[in-house]
Amino acid sequence: MSTHDSSSADDGGLVQLLLPDGERIADAGYDKWVADVDDDQLKSLYEDMVVVRRIDTEATALQRQGELGLWPPLIGQEAAQIGSGRTLRQDDFVFASYRENGVAYCRGVEYTDLLRVWRGHTHSGWNPYDINMAPSQVIIGSQTLHATGYALGCQQDGVDTVAISYFGDGATSQGDPNEAMVFAASFQAPVIFFCQNNQWAISEPVGLQARAPIASRAPGFGIPSMRVDGNDVLAVMAATRIALDRARSGNGPTYIEAVTYRMGPHTTSDDPSRYVDVLEREGWQAKDPISRLEAYLQSRGLLTDEFTGRVNATADDVAAKVREGCLGLEPPEPLSVFDHVYSEPTSWLERQKDEYVQYLQTFEGGQ
Amino acid sequence: MPVITYRQALNDTLRAELTRDENVFLIGEEIGQFEGSYKITAGLLDEFGPTRVRDTPIAEEGFVGAAIGAAMMGLRPVAEIMTINFSLIAMDQIVNHAAKIYGMFGGQTPVPMVIRTPGGGGQQLGATHSQNLEVWYAHVPGLKVVAPSTPADAKGLLTAAIRDDDPVIFLENLSLYNTKGEVPDGEQVTEIGKAAIAKEGTDITVIAYSRASVIAVETARKLEEEGISVEVVDLRSLRPLDRQTVCESVRKTSRAVVLEDDWLSYGVGAEISATVMEGAFDYLDAPVRRVAAAEVPLPYAKPMETAALPDAQDLTKVIREQLEATSFFR
Ligand SMILES: Cc1ncc(C[n+]2csc(CCOP(=O)(O)OP(=O)(O)O)c2C)c(N)n1
Ligand SMILES: [Mg+2]
Repeated sequence: MSTHDSSSADDGGLVQLLLPDGERIADAGYDKWVADVDDDQLKSLYEDMVVVRRIDTEATALQRQGELGLWPPLIGQEAAQIGSGRTLRQDDFVFASYRENGVAYCRGVEYTDLLRVWRGHTHSGWNPYDINMAPSQVIIGSQTLHATGYALGCQQDGVDTVAISYFGDGATSQGDPNEAMVFAASFQAPVIFFCQNNQWAISEPVGLQARAPIASRAPGFGIPSMRVDGNDVLAVMAATRIALDRARSGNGPTYIEAVTYRMGPHTTSDDPSRYVDVLEREGWQAKDPISRLEAYLQSRGLLTDEFTGRVNATADDVAAKVREGCLGLEPPEPLSVFDHVYSEPTSWLERQKDEYVQYLQTFEGGQ
Repeated sequence: MPVITYRQALNDTLRAELTRDENVFLIGEEIGQFEGSYKITAGLLDEFGPTRVRDTPIAEEGFVGAAIGAAMMGLRPVAEIMTINFSLIAMDQIVNHAAKIYGMFGGQTPVPMVIRTPGGGGQQLGATHSQNLEVWYAHVPGLKVVAPSTPADAKGLLTAAIRDDDPVIFLENLSLYNTKGEVPDGEQVTEIGKAAIAKEGTDITVIAYSRASVIAVETARKLEEEGISVEVVDLRSLRPLDRQTVCESVRKTSRAVVLEDDWLSYGVGAEISATVMEGAFDYLDAPVRRVAAAEVPLPYAKPMETAALPDAQDLTKVIREQLEATSFFR
C-alpha cells in the first residue's frame, strides 16, 4: 500500500540525444557540446560503460562469496556516471556518495582502492588528492555542502577548477543539498549539483521526495538546471559540459537531474522484489544505457565482432584484476586505529594506545 | 511466559499501542513497505495503513520537527530514526524544540512523542554508523532517555514512553534485536527512571545499560562459578537516572565498575562515578573504574572494531583488578 506514485513527473522536458532504440536525434542546443565525439570516442564510452558494469557484477559476486561485506551496485546508471565523469578535467574535484563507482573509474581509481572500503577494512579507499575525488559519503546529502565550499575555495584562488557533487533523489529531501544550493547561488560558486534520480531511495519511490521534477527546484534558488535522460551517455556529456563551461567562465552553479534507474538492489543486502513492480523494472530495462549505445554503434557499422570481442576481453581482464586485488587486500594494522584521530596525537590518546597494545598482547599466548 | 526476541517485543508493543490509542502513529524513513531498516515495524503498514505508519522523505530534521508539531496538537508520534547517527541531523529539533517547548510555552503544550533509534557498534558499519551518542541526549533537561537491555524491558519501557507526556528518546541497540527473553503477556508498563538489579551480588557492583548490561550479566554468571559475587545494576533509564538504586548497591558491595559502550571522556560512566562519589563515597574500598570504548572514531575492520569496543574480557579484567586492589583474594 502506498500513497505515492513511483514517478515524480512525466518524461516531458527531458534532454535526449540518443533514443532508447539507439536512434540519434538532433538537438540544436545540445548537439554542439558533443560535436567532437567521434567514432573512437563513442567506442571508448561504450567500453567504459561495459567495464564498469563488469566491475559491478564482479563486486556483487565477491560480496555473495563473502569476500566483500557490502556493495552498492550502479547497474543501470552507467551512462549517468561515465557521461559526466569522462567530461571532468583532472583538476576538477568530485564529492560523491557511495554508488559512484563509475565516476571513480573515470577518475582513474585503483581497483583495489575501490574495494577496500567494501571489504570492511578502512573508511577511505584512496587518497582523495591522487584522483581528486573524496571517498564515499554515506550520510545522505552532506557532500553537496563540501563541494560548494571547495568551489568557493577555487573561486578564491582564482583557478577555473570546478567541484561536482553527486547525490541521489532521496538526498534532495535533506536540508544540506538545499542549503548548498542557497550558498552556491549567493556566491556564484563554480559547483555542479549532479542528481542521479534513479527513482528509488532504498524502498521509497521518488514520488515521496518530489512531486514536481527535481530539476525544477533549482531555478527557485537562482540556479539554472537541466533534466537529462540519464541513460543517454551523449545527453549527459552535453549537459555536464554546459555546466562545466558555465562554472569555469565564472557564471556560477548548475543543477543537473539525470533521470535514470537503479536496476539492482539498493545494496547487496537489499531485496527490491519486495517493493519494486516487475513491470516498472521491465520498462526501464528497455531503456538500458548500454544496449542503447550498442544499437547506435550498430547503426553506424561500428559494432564489429572484433570490437565487441576486444571490449569483452578488456572487461574480463579488469574483472580478474578486481577479484585478484580484492582477495589480496589485508586489513590494516590494528594500531592504526589511533593514527588519524588528530593531526598530532594527544598524550591522552597515546595512553589509550598503550593500553590497547597491552590488550592485543593478551591474545598472543593463545587466549 | 513466552520467550520472544527484543525485535518482536518492540513490534508487538507498537502494534498494541497503535490498537489501544488512535492518537498513536509511526513516522520515519522506510518504516512502511520496507518495514524499517531493522524490521521493527514489520506488518504494521498493512494493519494500520499509511496515515498511521507514515513513510517520510529522507529528512530527519523534517520528520522529527513534524512529529513535534503533531504532538503539540495532541497526537502521539513514535518516530523511528534509522540509527542514532542520523539523529544528529535532527539535533536542533530534538534539543531546542522537543525538549524546550513545554517549558518555554509556559507548560501549556506538552510534546508527547517518542524517538526510537538504535545505537551501537559491532556490525562493521564504520565511524559514522556505529556511534553511541545517548549521552548527548541524557545531558538535556526536558528529554527522557531510556535504554532497555531485555525484551521484557523493551516492551515495558516502550509502552511507558508512548504513554508519557514528555519527549522520550528510546534507545535500542543493533546487537540486541535478535536476543531473546521472557516477556509477560498483556499490558506491562515499566516505570521510567527506575533501574533494575539484573543480577544480585555482594562483592562488586557493575553498572551498565543496553548491550553493556547483557554483557555484565553474562560476565557476572561466569564469575559466580569462581565464587565472585557480582551485582549488576541495569540503569534502563539514563534520564531520569535512578541514583538511589546505584548508590544502594555500591553501599552494599563497596566496589563499583561502570561498563558503557560510549566513549570514556564525559560518558555515562562519568556521571555514574560522580553519583557514587556523592552518594556512597564512605562505603567505597577503591575508586570507581570505567570500561568504555577506545576514544577513536570507530574503525571499520572487524578485529579493530572488536578491540575498540568494550567486551566481557575487558570487564572481567577490571573486576579482577578491582578485587585485587581491595584485598578480596586474600
Ligand atoms: C542522514 C542519513 N539518513 C538516512 C540514511 C540511510 N540511507 C542510506 S542510503 C539511503 C537512500 C538514499 O537514496 P538516494 O539519495 O536516492 O540515493 P541512491 O541510494 O538511490 O543512490 C538512505 C535513506 C543515511 N545513510 N544517512
Ligand atoms: Mg535514489
